[in-house]
Amino acid sequence: MKEQATLTNTMAPNSRKTEFFKGVRDTLPLAIGAVPFGIIFGTLSGSAGLPAAAAIGMSVFVFAGASQFIALGLVAAGTTWPMIVLTTFIVNFRHLLYTATLLPHLQRLSGRWQALLAFGLTDETFAVAVGRWQSTDASPHKKWYQLGSMLFMYTNWNLCTLAGLTAGRLLADIGGWGLDFAMIAAFIGMVLPYLKDRPNICAVVAAGISALLFHGLPHKLGLIAATLIGIGTGVMVETLAKRDTGATAPTAGAERREIDPWI
Amino acid sequence: MDLVYLVAGMALVTFSIRYVLLALSGRVRLSAAMQRALAYVPPTVLTAIIVPAALIPNGETLNFSWTNPYLIGALLTVLIGRLSRNLLATIAGGMLLFVSYQWLLHRGIF
Repeated sequence: MKEQATLTNTMAPNSRKTEFFKGVRDTLPLAIGAVPFGIIFGTLSGSAGLPAAAAIGMSVFVFAGASQFIALGLVAAGTTWPMIVLTTFIVNFRHLLYTATLLPHLQRLSGRWQALLAFGLTDETFAVAVGRWQSTDASPHKKWYQLGSMLFMYTNWNLCTLAGLTAGRLLADIGGWGLDFAMIAAFIGMVLPYLKDRPNICAVVAAGISALLFHGLPHKLGLIAATLIGIGTGVMVETLAKRDTGATAPTAGAERREIDPWI
Repeated sequence: MDLVYLVAGMALVTFSIRYVLLALSGRVRLSAAMQRALAYVPPTVLTAIIVPAALIPNGETLNFSWTNPYLIGALLTVLIGRLSRNLLATIAGGMLLFVSYQWLLHRGIF
């Protein structure tokens, strides 16, 4: 412990600029992964009946890929805006977990920094930034790392939306290019790291089956039902497993599962 | 469809979810049970989106057959993910196999 303290003291702490560009660099693979999403979002918005201004507005102000895609599908199906906003709430509720995880670190920042970093707390930036916050060195500029990550994702996402709105719309039958499969492939890649224990596997299986069973429900309520059933199944299996193995072990329950997303 | 309300509403709920715990910082603690439940949100939401997209590609009828490129593509993507354990390789490999499979189907190879 003492040795580490000396080490941090003798090394000059990373400057703001160094942290910022480290955040940018570490986000690069995930930003590349988001490129097909952004392009196809811009491209398909037209056929979904969403005007270009609204598509740009979503990328600029909402900045949440999965919910933007789902909104496209709902707009195409003629869903009313309050239902789309409710679905957005459910789909993006996972971000609460991200803030909860980063809370001990973000708590110390000023209100302005908190609002700024919260706005850009996407799946990708969380996956990258959580590692930087939890690393042991005492850099006072870790917030700049997260800022670099989020600004890179943000710029990339908006440029790709524009590319889809302009160049993408010139290409006929974009579906034949496999871009409409990009979201499925990316989401599979994001789910797989979770499938490490029985409760998560059961939760995912239950959510998948429920999503099929309730697919016919109006306003995409099936998505909400399937998610709730999946969560309930996971919690139930976890509770039963603990009861079987003897829940008296002191660490059971208190311990948070760490998911390490692939980068 | 009022598009201004749509975009503003989506922006508001998304930012609120990402910000609310910071705003309440120190005053509200998530219970252990709530945190445990929240941990299941990401994989279940994503799965509830993927499964119908792969099995009901036209939005109406269940297509559980090898002539459904979305289903075969999804299964192959799971396989690549399991083997590579790398997000970029999973997305790129999955898309490549999907496009190849769809092309083979169109050419009537099967």
